[in-house]
Amino acid sequence: MTSRQKRFGFIGLGLVVLGVATALILNAFQSNLVFFFTPTQVSSGEVPKGRSFRIGGMVEDRSLTREGDGLTVHFVVTDTAKRVPVTYKGILPDLFKEGKGVVAQGQLVADGTFVASEVLAKHDENYLPPEAAEAMAKAKAAGAQAQSSSTLVVQP
Amino acid sequence: MGINWLKYSAPQAFYPLAGKLIPWFSIVAALAIAVGLYIGLLVAPTDFQQGESYRIIFVHVPAAWMSMFLYVVMALWAGFGMGLNARLSFMMAQAIAPTGAMFTFLALLTGAMWGKPTWGAWWVWDARLTSELILLFQYAGVMLLRTSIDDLRRADRASGVFALVGVVNVPIIYFSVKWWNTLHQGASVSMTGGSKMAATMLTAMLLMTFGFWMYSMAVILSRSRCVILEREQLLSWNKSASTPEPVEVR
Repeated sequence: MTSRQKRFGFIGLGLVVLGVATALILNAFQSNLVFFFTPTQVSSGEVPKGRSFRIGGMVEDRSLTREGDGLTVHFVVTDTAKRVPVTYKGILPDLFKEGKGVVAQGQLVADGTFVASEVLAKHDENYLPPEAAEAMAKAKAAGAQAQSSSTLVVQP
Repeated sequence: MGINWLKYSAPQAFYPLAGKLIPWFSIVAALAIAVGLYIGLLVAPTDFQQGESYRIIFVHVPAAWMSMFLYVVMALWAGFGMGLNARLSFMMAQAIAPTGAMFTFLALLTGAMWGKPTWGAWWVWDARLTSELILLFQYAGVMLLRTSIDDLRRADRASGVFALVGVVNVPIIYFSVKWWNTLHQGASVSMTGGSKMAATMLTAMLLMTFGFWMYSMAVILSRSRCVILEREQLLSWNKSASTPEPVEVR
């Protein structure tokens, strides 16, 4: 083995060791690196108690209600398995919409309501002209109706 | 295959070659970016949920891609430099770092400008944003380490090791949106899953990426020429090229 091959061997070995170490560390930190918890995790009690955390999911369709002051809103965050009611007082981001993604920061109060201090809109990775999006939604709705009215269609 | 490519691993042979290539890369970069911006800003349709604000994607995503790509290339050169003891390899690694850092900064800046209108926040500490910020610090570390050590060979090695170690962050950035819950959305374009964008949008984005790539080539080649002149100024081959004619001092 020439010294050149040896050097490359060392570099390669170093990278492999480093990669394995990183994989192990990331694996150990897995649960601490999440930006938000899902409603399922909230209902199974996996969330930190008595301190602020983030919850993420879809805003349930037809769940958004506004109070008389025009600022306080109520909506339900769902991951299609579990639902968590959320209360928020403040201005919602432009992309906040029923049926779209949302991430809210706040605390869980005694009655199971999540009181949010900040609401962020989470949009998906699809970029389409409005006409195409409309056509796709129509086709999907037609397909879902034909299949079965009770099946819940989950947006990817 | 009549050309002896290895010849160009010598700085004195690479220097004129780089000089000849720079204008071509510059022209192609300018054309690709001009056409890419035209299609992206004027031809591509409005997005169905974000309206016009999504158009920042045509700078944001190419910049982010280049920031990761250039880091890998820089680490590769550093690895070659250490394995082959080739001085030009380290010079290339040195030349790449500032451009990579610039694209990382651009990706973070455009990301913030995009995050405010769509998410409602300039910055959040999710895995994608945080790992990209760490990449910026890595570029800074590579550059600082090199300038803080006077002995060139040791400076090359130290920053080279640092660059190689940092490579682990690149897959973390790329897959962060898959591995963890993040506010940042998943990949719109991937090797395996195809594209989730309208074709015109994708064309503009790929053109911009190509333009940024060619721009990087031009800038890195011209910076590598500076690095060569600076480092080899005491060697006889470039005495005539770098040092001005001695002026008579009276």
